[in-house]
Amino acid sequence: MSFPIDKIRQMFPILHQEVHGKPLIYFDNAATTQKPQTVIDSLSGYYLHDNANIHRGAHALADRSTRYFEDSREAVQHFINARESAEIIFTKGTTESINLVAYTFGRKFINEGDEIIISTLEHHSNIVPWQILCEEKGAILKVIPINDAGEILFEEFEKLLSPKTKLVSVVHASNALGTINPVERVIEAAHKAGAKVLLDGAQSTSHLEIDVQKLNCDFLALSAHKLYGPTGLGVLYGKRELLESMPPFQGGGEMIKEVSFEKTTFNDIPFKFEAGTPNIGDVIAFKYALDFIREIGKSKIKEHEDSLLAYANELLLPIKGFIPVGTASNKVSVLSFNINGMHPFDVGVMLDARGIAVRTGHHCTQPLMKRLGLEGTVRASFAVYNSKSEIEQLAEGVARIARIKNK
Amino acid sequence: MSSIQEIQNEIISEFEILGDDKESTIFYIMELGANLESFPDSERVEENIIKGCQSKVWLIADDKDGRVHYQADSNTDITKGLISLLIRVLNDRTPKEIIDANLDFINRIGMGGIIGSQRSNGLAAMIKQMKLYALALQTKQNA
Repeated sequence: MSFPIDKIRQMFPILHQEVHGKPLIYFDNAATTQKPQTVIDSLSGYYLHDNANIHRGAHALADRSTRYFEDSREAVQHFINARESAEIIFTKGTTESINLVAYTFGRKFINEGDEIIISTLEHHSNIVPWQILCEEKGAILKVIPINDAGEILFEEFEKLLSPKTKLVSVVHASNALGTINPVERVIEAAHKAGAKVLLDGAQSTSHLEIDVQKLNCDFLALSAHKLYGPTGLGVLYGKRELLESMPPFQGGGEMIKEVSFEKTTFNDIPFKFEAGTPNIGDVIAFKYALDFIREIGKSKIKEHEDSLLAYANELLLPIKGFIPVGTASNKVSVLSFNINGMHPFDVGVMLDARGIAVRTGHHCTQPLMKRLGLEGTVRASFAVYNSKSEIEQLAEGVARIARIKNK
Repeated sequence: MSSIQEIQNEIISEFEILGDDKESTIFYIMELGANLESFPDSERVEENIIKGCQSKVWLIADDKDGRVHYQADSNTDITKGLISLLIRVLNDRTPKEIIDANLDFINRIGMGGIIGSQRSNGLAAMIKQMKLYALALQTKQNA
């Protein structure tokens, strides 16, 4: 059966609009994906019918919202195949998930002289929390180098591993280039050295099958809004024994068992890490985003996105002045590029004039851009609702823009 | 020499001819950038970069017989085009004319909608810096 692209597009009301008099072509999916009608309906439905603070409420609305909230936790558990829903902690997003690990696991288990390994491909949110921790603890941050195609050098990574390595925190799929890291091998090697592994799954989770038990990662961070879900919501997955051994992240309501002025005992996981009233409406709506993905099927989505990326390469590579950035053999549907003689920002504005939304700049990966000798790139990233005819429009736009400086 | 207002009106009619098509307007702005006086390499330094612009913009000003002579450059073509418009309106005028100038052509051609909010902020930063240079020259003249 062919991919039901028309049916899928119908589920996303935002796509059916004009920008500067042209039909919108949304290729900024690596920044955030659009939301299907079911997610939007769930959000308004929650505030229309169910809004109440969760847990410990003795009334019907509180009971209902608590049930829906915990249903979402189970949906996330199944989505990444965690052993139990208590291993799913709701956060503000990938950034907060990584910071949570840095502030709790990091504060407790990383000491002076210990080493943390990241890669050159990391987003700033998987660099800065570790720099802050290293500064505070006198620990050392080590960086896995990459080749010119944008792939990590695995042998170099192995050389960096030592008994001092306490944590390896790497991106699963690069937001700037699309490179899929060989995380299975990374995790295995890190564990052999006695280190724990955090995967930044912000970009990978919407494209790739994720099975945390099979991967055997210790932590996984993800963002709902890159998974067709609401903004301001993310998840930290952690193995039970690790989460239990970590101190709380923030103090407040929900995270306690008993409070007296002399001593407070903390709640069990996941609540220990969810101080304060959570983002209830968005958590509940997130389940509908996960259902949307599950109903189509990750393998179908990946196949469709791979075909879009291949088609984009086929049409864009021959364009005079087109410079692809990030040519790893294993990629998610991210196409980063430059046009000879032109600033990425100008290219972005000119594509916008054609109704095509792309991202331009350093993509919060300045060290990566420096390694590649670039100020930035233009990034077109494809999602489940993008079509081949939209890729053709992109190619036509890029060809027209490239001609200005590449006659 | 035409007045600031006359030049602004000229620009407005030029943009009116382009109509609502954003792509032709952007191409036109980029072409304008090609007319900028060539910028001395020795002045392409950190001190001459305007703060508040996302793209790099270098701006210098000289006292030319009591009038302000600007030279500017950018690493992006659209920004170069925007600077060339400002220079066309303000170049070689007295400090007082520049300080008092009400640059309403920017709003009247709907520049915000054409270049977006980030670049509009950058454009405001350029105007501010141009006026500051004029103010500095005026202070010197009155000293």
